[in-house]
Amino acid sequence: MDAQQALADLTEISSQIEAAVVFDDKGTVVGSTLTDGERFAQSAADLLAAAEGLKTGDSPLTQLEIATGEGSVFVVRDGKTTIAATTAPAPTVGLVFYDLKSALRSVKPAPKPRPKPAAKPKPKPAPKKTAAKKPAAPRTRKKPDAS
Amino acid sequence: MRRSGSLIFGLLIGLFLGVAFIRRRTASAERADLYFEDGSMLSLSNGSPGAERLLPLARQIIGQSRTA
Repeated sequence: MDAQQALADLTEISSQIEAAVVFDDKGTVVGSTLTDGERFAQSAADLLAAAEGLKTGDSPLTQLEIATGEGSVFVVRDGKTTIAATTAPAPTVGLVFYDLKSALRSVKPAPKPRPKPAAKPKPKPAPKKTAAKKPAAPRTRKKPDAS
Repeated sequence: MRRSGSLIFGLLIGLFLGVAFIRRRTASAERADLYFEDGSMLSLSNGSPGAERLLPLARQIIGQSRTA
């Protein structure tokens, strides 16, 4: 699905989301609900990089939520594609993450189909057996009751 | 009868105010929750060194999204 269409669906489904942007690992904006999506994407990438700097283990950061008094910022990353969104204060966190992941899945291109293995020669079809038709059962009429 | 009615009414008002106060406090709590691929999660409350780096960036993003 087109990223712009996915974001339009997202903002229609989730009334909590005020603005959203989809961008790739190079910072290229794929879709945005704002006119200045580039700046929003750059700030979200900076936020993600700052959050990456705080991690303690080896596992990569996949999603984050920053809650402030003015609202919340959500970032979800899946491979090379990232979606960032803002909401009003005190959103339903689980629901927003679910909607963002769904939008991100619909934006991602479908995996390339595997090449088909070489076609095997088809075996010759066996001659069809035709079932002998059963003779139709003779129709019998019930004699009308004499009574 | 009238006394017990006013007592119940007072209790309900107190309960309502308490719930509103707790919700307001929870809503205004500033924090940063980071989720990692292995299922672990790091929650940084306002005042921690990590949150102090992330919260200004988040406020900037919210400001940008509302002015754009």
